Amino acid sequence: MKVHHALRALDGILRREMLRSLRQRARLFSAMVRPLVWLAIFAAGFRSVLGLSITPPYQTYVLYEVYVVPGLAAMMLLFHAMASSLAMVYDREMGSMRLLLTAPLPRWYLLAARLLASVIVGLPLVYLFLFVARFWDVRPPILGYVAVFPALVLSGLMLGAFGLLVSSMSTQMENFAGVMNFVIFPMFFTSTALYPIWRLAEAGPVLATIAAWNPFSSAVELIRFALYLRFDTVSMLVVVACLVAFFLASLAGYDPGRGLWARRGGEG
Amino acid sequence: MNALAIENLSHSFGTRQVLQNVSFTVAEGRMCILLGRNGAGKTTLFSLITGLYHAWTGAVHVFDVAMQSNPSAALAQMGVVFQQPTLDLDLTAGENLRYHAALHGLPTELSKARSREELSRLEVLNRIDDRTRALSGGQRRRVEIARALMHGPRLLLLDEPTTGLDVPGRRALEQHVRDLCRERGIAVLWATHFLEEVAADDDVVVLDRGRICWAGLADHIAHELGVGSIAEAFALLTGSP
Repeated sequence: MKVHHALRALDGILRREMLRSLRQRARLFSAMVRPLVWLAIFAAGFRSVLGLSITPPYQTYVLYEVYVVPGLAAMMLLFHAMASSLAMVYDREMGSMRLLLTAPLPRWYLLAARLLASVIVGLPLVYLFLFVARFWDVRPPILGYVAVFPALVLSGLMLGAFGLLVSSMSTQMENFAGVMNFVIFPMFFTSTALYPIWRLAEAGPVLATIAAWNPFSSAVELIRFALYLRFDTVSMLVVVACLVAFFLASLAGYDPGRGLWARRGGEG
Repeated sequence: MNALAIENLSHSFGTRQVLQNVSFTVAEGRMCILLGRNGAGKTTLFSLITGLYHAWTGAVHVFDVAMQSNPSAALAQMGVVFQQPTLDLDLTAGENLRYHAALHGLPTELSKARSREELSRLEVLNRIDDRTRALSGGQRRRVEIARALMHGPRLLLLDEPTTGLDVPGRRALEQHVRDLCRERGIAVLWATHFLEEVAADDDVVVLDRGRICWAGLADHIAHELGVGSIAEAFALLTGSP
């Protein structure tokens, strides 16, 4: 594989993702409004009933809005990853995935490029949300916006790889309603995005254990710590390990000898 | 030199055998028609040639490059138009072509120039800035062929490219591809079940229920089988009415 060829292909995939994203304005709008609704309505309602004691990385008591913003940023990445995964299933049904998979580059590279492009396209909205959240008095240190960048990229890649894995196993778009109900919502609600783990432990030790093992919790905590200029080693290791595992599994799913392509059957 | 050489290719989905010991060649600069009824295995064969499916038995060589051991080098020589439309409907015709060019490593300026050149040749340059969603079926097919030619392939694979087109559209598309074959020396493998798309000097491969049942010059098929026309020969070979 020649480097200039690989870079041009990445550039092409990135441009395509950006163009498609910009042309789907309703999706862009809802991606931005969703976390703001959570912040403006859900968090405002919970502010009075959910007190938060000092929880790392915070060094003082914090308002619920402050706690929930990193979780909502991770939620944006999760929903973006699933939208991207749905787009891959759509591409496969519509045939345009064939074009990508018959490009003269290794398949692992093509899928990795698609994954990276999707994350890059999703990041500006997350940053926009983080800046808008300042109007709700969620004001991390300015350097935190820089420090959170690698955390957002890593988390986005891990969630995107999970989406890639889901897309490699989905035979048709209709299955995605099930994915939303049985994968995305449980992943989000059994994490530390909305409540700290000690709060979940009060509700039930099982729920707290699930949240502790949920890789989405690690993504949330990695983002939360980075935003406040702290580094969470365990969360980073979990996110990287899950990224590698999900990506390798999705490669197997897209393998022409073993994956869904091989099982589908020919048309004529 | 053979542009495409297929040797003893077999494939099955579970217990369903769809291709059995398929072997044939497409010579450089020749037009080869792969004739077969629906379900004969043409699309599966295309998926194996392009690496969408892994060929567990047999081999595919593109200009002597083995698809199994060096898929990137083999794919770089191929332009493919699949039976199922593969254009991105949210992108314009030009953007679709440039996306393909990027996947093949073409620099931006060359990609822009070539997209205009190929669309112009296929008489759809006036739709370069229109989203492909807005194009007719025939125009989309032309854009797909233009796209397949962007990287200058020496072998063009077309899987039932005229499906869904009206008769004038089919004839025009066929003529464009024949011109390409003659003027650029591109080898073409054209899969179809329309017998009227076969010309007397084409090479023909008849595929039926996953097996090759005849291969040779189109002009010879009727004579060799002792019938009056290619349609009768095809009916005899495939048992179709």
